Amino acid sequence: MADEFILETEGLTKEFAGFFAVRDVALKVRRGSIHALIGPNGAGKTTCFNLLTKFLKPSAGKILYKGQDITAMAPADVARMGLVRSFQISAVFPHLTAQENVRVALQRQHGSSFDFWRSKSVLNVFNDRARELLNDVGLSEFANTPAVEMPYGRKRALEIATTLALDPEMMLLDEPMAGMGHEDIDKIAALIKRISAKYTILMVEHNLSVVANLSDIITVLTRGQVLAQGHYSELTKDERVKEAYLGAGHA
Amino acid sequence: MTALTDDTLPVTPRAIRDEMIVFVVMALLLASVPFTGVYPFFVMQALCFALLACAFNLLIGYGGLLSFGHAMFLGTAGYCSAHALKVWALPPELGILVGIAGAFVLSLITGYISIRRQGIYFSMITLALSQLLYFIYLQAPFTHGEDGIQGIPQGHMFGVFDLSKPTVLYYVVLVGFLAGFLLIFRIINSPFGEVLKAIRENEPRAISLGYRTDQYKFLAFVLSGTLAGFAGSLKVFVAQNASLTDVHWSMSGEVVLMTLVGGLGTVFGPVVGAFVIIAMQQYLAGFGQWVTVIQGSIFVICVLTFRRGVIGEIAHYFRRSL
Ligand SMILES: Nc1ncnc2c1ncn2[C@@H]1O[C@H](COP(=O)(O)OP(=O)(O)OP(=O)(O)O)[C@@H](O)[C@H]1O
Ligand SMILES: [Mg+2]
Repeated sequence: MADEFILETEGLTKEFAGFFAVRDVALKVRRGSIHALIGPNGAGKTTCFNLLTKFLKPSAGKILYKGQDITAMAPADVARMGLVRSFQISAVFPHLTAQENVRVALQRQHGSSFDFWRSKSVLNVFNDRARELLNDVGLSEFANTPAVEMPYGRKRALEIATTLALDPEMMLLDEPMAGMGHEDIDKIAALIKRISAKYTILMVEHNLSVVANLSDIITVLTRGQVLAQGHYSELTKDERVKEAYLGAGHA
Repeated sequence: MTALTDDTLPVTPRAIRDEMIVFVVMALLLASVPFTGVYPFFVMQALCFALLACAFNLLIGYGGLLSFGHAMFLGTAGYCSAHALKVWALPPELGILVGIAGAFVLSLITGYISIRRQGIYFSMITLALSQLLYFIYLQAPFTHGEDGIQGIPQGHMFGVFDLSKPTVLYYVVLVGFLAGFLLIFRIINSPFGEVLKAIRENEPRAISLGYRTDQYKFLAFVLSGTLAGFAGSLKVFVAQNASLTDVHWSMSGEVVLMTLVGGLGTVFGPVVGAFVIIAMQQYLAGFGQWVTVIQGSIFVICVLTFRRGVIGEIAHYFRRSL
């Protein structure tokens, strides 16, 4: 059912020269949920994201988004359909200010992005909305700071603000809290919780307490394959999950 | 090539004001050249190369695309203009238009072929295409091979301005240069320019925001190639010939050199770089073949000691965007 599940995959597979980074993954993401994708390093989580957002071509399998087959689409077009990703490594435009970063996202829908003969002051109409978005993620005082000069945690928040500027339907967040201190983690977690009221979120995260608190459902990936799926409370009892995690942790 | 553009400063409204002031100063300085006794031919030549370097810089400095074949636009526009002026006997303004049109068509074709390639592959394809064109021009009858098209009539611009008068020609070239420069400045500070900078800074992120980045890079390529063609058309009136030198790969290399010496990704750097290189060639002409060696050494010193280029270093020192 397209209505219940916003994103579904069937037999999703990615092979790199004989090595299966993702193998036969069937994923169903419920509309409006926070769905976590966890697994040890190298399990194929980022590759999965790359496949879903078409940054990589699947070797096999099918991806349905809002009931539509997007397997053959270009990444920019997937984004235009409202399926927007973030990156594991912070992805901002470093030499643009925070406000300009958000504006780049806002200006696309406006349709003036090819106008090379106009002054960029026409983009000032987006300033208010950009400020609003920055406020939402607690970045108002950074509006005129170049992204490169912002602390790491703030950059991640800026990324989320930029993503929200597109008003997507579904967000894919790849380790939004990696490398952050406690305080920033709490802030971003609260932010994700808040925005989840409006958007479907699929996130990769290593911090299990965050995952436990935030997510409605968790899929565990190991060696490219789905090992288990369920609520946090169920998974903690699952021997295979414990083993996969401890095994990887001790290696 | 990101390492080269890493140091660019964010453009704030303040910076645009600074840049406009510098622009006015530059325009006034250039306008006063005929009254100073400086050899106008030298300045006109430098202005043509400055425009070429600015067009090249639009692509690498703001689009992150390093073209190793920009001479093909310069040379193609030159041949087209020269042919239109000499064989078709068109007036200067139409001759320029024919040249620009030639470069425009060429940039559509070469851009279509090259723009999807990344990094060094893009550079290599542009180089290969320009070499291909060089051999075509070497063989084609209308270019007169090694001889080039000589003795091009300068004519009357718009039927009024007699381009055979050095001062008139100088101001026509200057106005052409300033117009081209302002257009590039506008492009950099347009909604399109914003997207272009975003793509240069982080292309995957721009794609993930829904930008079909190839289309933006293609437009940047076509604008850059067409403006480089404009420089080539102006140059025909200055040199009164069109020859293979202008399509040779070493010309493409010189443009890279000018831009690096002046400051990649800066607004005024390519202009300064072009003047430095042309002045060097002028004053070192006596050294014959050693010019290349000296030029090479300066290039190495430049990259090693002030890799941001002249204007880049100044801008960095004052924390301004220039
Ligand atoms: N382009 C590629 N070519 C070859 N192998 C790749 C490529 N991309 C990823 N891999 C391999 O696929 C496997 C899965 O990588 P992936 O980045 O998806 O893991 P991950 O689950 O995101 O890990 P982490 O938690 O460390 O981010 C790894 O073994 C990686 O080396
Ligand atoms: Mg990963």
